[in-house]
Amino acid sequence: MTETTTRLRPIVDGLFELDGEQLVLAGSRCTSCGTVAFPSQGSCPRCTSDTVERHLLARTGTLWTWTTQGFRPKSPPYTGPEEFSPYAVGYVELGGEIRVEGRLTEADPRRLRIGMPMRVTSLAVTGTDGEPRVTYAFEAVEAAE
Amino acid sequence: MTPEVAIVGIGIHPFGPHEGLTGLDMAVHAARAALADAGVGFSQIGFAAGGSDAAGNADTTVARLGLTGLPFINVKNGCATGGSALTTAHAMLAAGAADLALVVGFDKHPRGAFDPRPEDWGIGSWYGETGMMLTTQFFGMKIQRYLAEHEIDPSALAKVAAKSFRNGALNPNAWRRTPLSESQIAGSTMISHPLTQYMFCSPGEGAVALVLARGERARALCRTPVYLRGVALRTRRFGTFEVFSPSISVHETAPPTTDAAIAAFAQAGVEPSDVDVAQLQDTEAGAELMHLAETGLCAHGDQEGLLRDGATEIGGRLPVNTDGGCIANGEPIGASGLRQVHEVVLQLRGAAGERQVPGAPKVGFTHVYGAPGVSACTVLSR
Ligand SMILES: [Zn+2]
Repeated sequence: MTETTTRLRPIVDGLFELDGEQLVLAGSRCTSCGTVAFPSQGSCPRCTSDTVERHLLARTGTLWTWTTQGFRPKSPPYTGPEEFSPYAVGYVELGGEIRVEGRLTEADPRRLRIGMPMRVTSLAVTGTDGEPRVTYAFEAVEAAE
Repeated sequence: MTPEVAIVGIGIHPFGPHEGLTGLDMAVHAARAALADAGVGFSQIGFAAGGSDAAGNADTTVARLGLTGLPFINVKNGCATGGSALTTAHAMLAAGAADLALVVGFDKHPRGAFDPRPEDWGIGSWYGETGMMLTTQFFGMKIQRYLAEHEIDPSALAKVAAKSFRNGALNPNAWRRTPLSESQIAGSTMISHPLTQYMFCSPGEGAVALVLARGERARALCRTPVYLRGVALRTRRFGTFEVFSPSISVHETAPPTTDAAIAAFAQAGVEPSDVDVAQLQDTEAGAELMHLAETGLCAHGDQEGLLRDGATEIGGRLPVNTDGGCIANGEPIGASGLRQVHEVVLQLRGAAGERQVPGAPKVGFTHVYGAPGVSACTVLSR
């Protein structure tokens, strides 16, 4: 995660917060049954209670599953560059309480395996206006060290 | 006890691209074929239900089939469109609202179609802008996890797709009728690891119609009625893993496929082990593998053994997707579920030609699954 990336405008408000240069995912937690949701929502998907509180997700976890994107997705809705390079996406189980889908910074299938330690990071993307934005992504913990 | 409902007429418009024909043209063709097969006129139909995802309103076909004033319900329920129309018609006949019903499903998707908008699925636009609004990614991630969890070798995927193309080659109504080898399939362009291009179905075209009758009427009309013993439609519960989910729960629950299959088998009073021929949603090859177990037709992890024994081949113990499935027929969303029923009826009548399952199959099963977590299953028998 670089300082310049996290200074970009977020792709959308409310998805994550910045703790210094650290990006933290912002979900919601049901005050009745404790179920965590991401992105945050106004009611609980499990017990239907509408009393929820803001809940910041753990920054580390393990890769639950993953795949690659081999062709450029259609625009709209995709706003990425015309010149396409394959990327990977996956679900990372954060803090043992929720599995969040996100872009992975590693695109090489040979370097991805289920169960590997991951952490939240930032990724520069493009907004609908063509301007740079920041979103969340996941990176391998060993890659960052 | 629920009154018996049988399928007494079936009609299909061949799948695959048909330039110059609209989805509604194909729907009318299929409806006329089903009526002729049943030996009844449209004026005798007391109820109709049908739909497409992207090719128009099913009830506009009355302008060509006949303006008889019948109640006609348009259905738009994604991959479960056909199953939902069938569920509705079954319930109307069982309730005594009519003696004869028509069910029709059709679609016509342009090449490379399926452009879902995040907003239509209750997700923020950021999800699509950052490149995650793709069903292909979901299928890649679901089978990636499944193969690892159940220690299944990825080579199983090409085996499933090769069977689909082999069966499609025997089906005159299929779109893709050229057999492909496992190495051609595994070596085609990687779409979403571990799934390659030829492991996926493509958006397509086609139409299917069925004529349903209450029991006593069915026996009078048809020498070989195929009874709809169970039909169930379910949506996801909390804790399943579905298409277009920015997050999923760690508290795992059985998928809607399992719920719908259990309900359909319970209604029918038969066990999954009684099934002689099955059509399963195969949006890609991994889906057929997973749905075999999710529907209860085999245990999780037993799929490799089934493939090794040739059990899911036309001559095997549990023939699956005998008409080539979505992989060989393409996926016109509104028509896909009814195509499966059409194929099972042909098989149970003993009229499936070159791809006929030997040994006079008695019990058939169909299953569709789609976004955002909906499944419809049927159990049929002679
Ligand atoms: Zn709750």
